[in-house]
Amino acid sequence: MARYLITRAWQSALTLVLSTIVVFLGVRALPGDPALALAGEDRSPEALEAIRRHYGLDQPLPVQFAQYVERVVQGDFGESIRTGIPVSSMLSTALPVTAELAVLAILLATALGVGAGVLAAVRRGHPAEWLANGLALVGLSVPHFWLGLLAILYLSVATGLFPASGFVPLLEDPVDNLHHVVLPAVILGTGLAAIIMRQTRSAMLDSLSSDYVRTAKAKGLRPRAVITRHALRNSLIVVVTIVGLQLGGLISGAVVTEQIFGLPGFGKMTIDAVFQRDYPVIQAVVLLTATAYIVINFLVDLLYSVIDPRIRVTGDQS
Amino acid sequence: MTVLSVPMADTGTASVTRRTRILRRLRRNPLAVVSFVVLALAALVAVLSPWLAPYAVEQTDFAHTFAPPGTPGHVLGTDDLGRDVLSRIMLGARASLEVAILAVATSLVVGVPLGLAAGYFRAWDAVISRFTDLLLAFPFLIMAVGLAAIRGASLTNAAVAVGIAQIPGVIRVVRSDTLRLKSLDFVAAAVVDGASDLWVLARHILPNATSVILVQATVAIPTAILGEAVLSFLGLGIQPPAPSLGTMLATAQQFAARAPWAAVLPGVVIMGLALAFNVFGDALRDALDPKGDRR
Repeated sequence: MARYLITRAWQSALTLVLSTIVVFLGVRALPGDPALALAGEDRSPEALEAIRRHYGLDQPLPVQFAQYVERVVQGDFGESIRTGIPVSSMLSTALPVTAELAVLAILLATALGVGAGVLAAVRRGHPAEWLANGLALVGLSVPHFWLGLLAILYLSVATGLFPASGFVPLLEDPVDNLHHVVLPAVILGTGLAAIIMRQTRSAMLDSLSSDYVRTAKAKGLRPRAVITRHALRNSLIVVVTIVGLQLGGLISGAVVTEQIFGLPGFGKMTIDAVFQRDYPVIQAVVLLTATAYIVINFLVDLLYSVIDPRIRVTGDQS
Repeated sequence: MTVLSVPMADTGTASVTRRTRILRRLRRNPLAVVSFVVLALAALVAVLSPWLAPYAVEQTDFAHTFAPPGTPGHVLGTDDLGRDVLSRIMLGARASLEVAILAVATSLVVGVPLGLAAGYFRAWDAVISRFTDLLLAFPFLIMAVGLAAIRGASLTNAAVAVGIAQIPGVIRVVRSDTLRLKSLDFVAAAVVDGASDLWVLARHILPNATSVILVQATVAIPTAILGEAVLSFLGLGIQPPAPSLGTMLATAQQFAARAPWAAVLPGVVIMGLALAFNVFGDALRDALDPKGDRR
């Protein structure tokens, strides 16, 4: 157990270091003088000189990297070259929006995906299985941003049931907040729900044909108890892993969903930054995403090895 | 582990009968047949679109803007500039398929050798696994954002970003199949026979891994189609006025209430293409599964 955790920890740390190097070199890979890119509007020689000094661009690369890491660890991601606002304060207003959207989407997707997956596995050959399988395939194939457009067109604009865009902070007015976030969360969750459904169904089919389920049935347990207490419990491990692995997809999805619904989150900040060539913002966004992905997947692995003792023993997660 | 159907080396009649068995299974599955026909038609339309499209894609007609579907001369209507929606969808679908195939090809060219190496040479496994972790840490959209920031937005960058995002999946699938094949008798026999590592990989392992690679590629294409659509929609992919299903949706968003068809139809086509690939991929996986009738 301890050995497995240590291995995973150093692997994650190594990946974190490598991705930091990639992000660091990314801005240096820009065509031309990075100081010019970082300067934005003010391109006087004095301003450029100040930027070179501030970012240590006159130093050798390893020194620059060390300085970069030192600043980042202290939460200093520089300032937006468009607005002059520190990137860290932009993040502190944008991240809660995205976090709320993502958590809500994961909850909805898990509830829907696990429910439909169990149904499809238990009711084999029943129309319910066909319906669940069909919906999952559509969920995998539909472009979510398009679904978002349709939702705005036919649910928000036409009926006025949901606001078409905008955001109200959770602490300011929780009900209104939910009213703004629930539709984007449903849209964001559809793809994840489809993936969770298919994996749950597959894991449930495996569990249902296993010896321990046969034993449970032979003991005379009610079918409901066999399904929930035995088969489903073992299949849930799969869901935990999927949420970790699909985190990247979820972040990508959140960027688009926020853009469509005009939510002032991480994604909208990212897209705006790309079109404004706001490099400090882009750099911070890419680094934070990579860090979040690595840390959360490490935590998922920890959780996974706590839930499933087999992983601890073999250390194999293929 | 027990293997129910032992893959044969790629000689003799065994692989021929296996292929006929797989084709027979596919033919018997109505979903596989329907999705295959849809894909074949889509490919045909995409290839022939420059000749089939009733109008030039960038041809504007300000006398007939926002013509609804069914208008004589414009079966699927026109957009804000009076451009023919059907023509733009045809060429947009062509661009989507181009990007998807380019992206998946990129991921196979990089991913297959790395997967083979990771599965076959123990020493390489750790290094390649860290590389995979590194790629996974950058979600595809964030990667595309980074690429667009450095190199500008373009069709190639969209394909590269989508392709890079699919490399880890290819590596994982090929690696695990290589591990499985490596433990089988015919590979051991070849090694005992004095075959070099490269020979074993190229003549024994790769040919037997083609089925999993094929399935992986089939399910990667719809993901790539959706990826391209997202990037073009956000303005990070194919640049207007070149038609792409994603850019069509981005423009249509501005006048969606007035001309909903322009916002609905390209999405239907994206979904149809992705759905056909997903259904066919599922059918292919089932047909190739030695456990056959389980699902």
